[in-house]
Amino acid sequence: MTMQIQQIAKIAKARILCGEKENPPISRAFASDLMSDVLTLEVDQTLLITGLANVQAVRTAEMSDINCILFARNKRVTEDMIEVAKENHMVLMQTTCSVYHTAGLLYEAGIKPIF
Amino acid sequence: MEFDYEINGGDFSRAGFASSHLKKILKQVNIDPKVIKKIVIALYEAEVNIVAHAWEGLIHVKIDPGLIRIEVQDKGPGIEDIEQAMEDGYSTASETVREMGFGAGMGLSNIKNNADDLQISSRVNEGTELTIVKKLY
Repeated sequence: MTMQIQQIAKIAKARILCGEKENPPISRAFASDLMSDVLTLEVDQTLLITGLANVQAVRTAEMSDINCILFARNKRVTEDMIEVAKENHMVLMQTTCSVYHTAGLLYEAGIKPIF
Repeated sequence: MEFDYEINGGDFSRAGFASSHLKKILKQVNIDPKVIKKIVIALYEAEVNIVAHAWEGLIHVKIDPGLIRIEVQDKGPGIEDIEQAMEDGYSTASETVREMGFGAGMGLSNIKNNADDLQISSRVNEGTELTIVKKLY
């Protein structure tokens, strides 16, 4: 099962910050603030849920072929993050929910874990 | 094709420029995305290592038919015990580096996992050299 980003945004009560016209299908999610861990993932169609809002979170996703990041707890997403995301046709989203809450909502809706 | 990149120690805002550039080049020459991912992850880990630990660094990338060779040289504190540094979980990273989402002691072993060959040499208080080799097909 794959989900479109509009569906993900609705379920996770998230706002799409950029890339709304991109359409990466999402079937799995990984929640982490540790980018070193994200860099070891070997899967695609993955959503990254994180509380770490900096350019390196976006760069890590770029290198890992992750096309969609959901920032939890309304973490501030800066212009330079959006710039890197746009350059790489990525979707950035933001929700007021915590990482735990976000992960719970998406898990319940059928988004699979990686491990 | 050959490319050179200069990396400044401590400048987290620019970490990833070399990997990002190389990724675009490799896509243009139609390399399998799975192979590209391995190469750019190895290079990105190396870039982050320079930014996190060294004072400055140089990356030289050489793409030959069927093979990529990445040489990473930095001026920095060096690695005292390379074997220990290769162990998962061993890290000398600062609090600042950890706040950036790195410094978990997984970088060097992840470079090795993504490369076909990794050579490391280092001199304490001088710097570290990595050579990463990966077949393109």
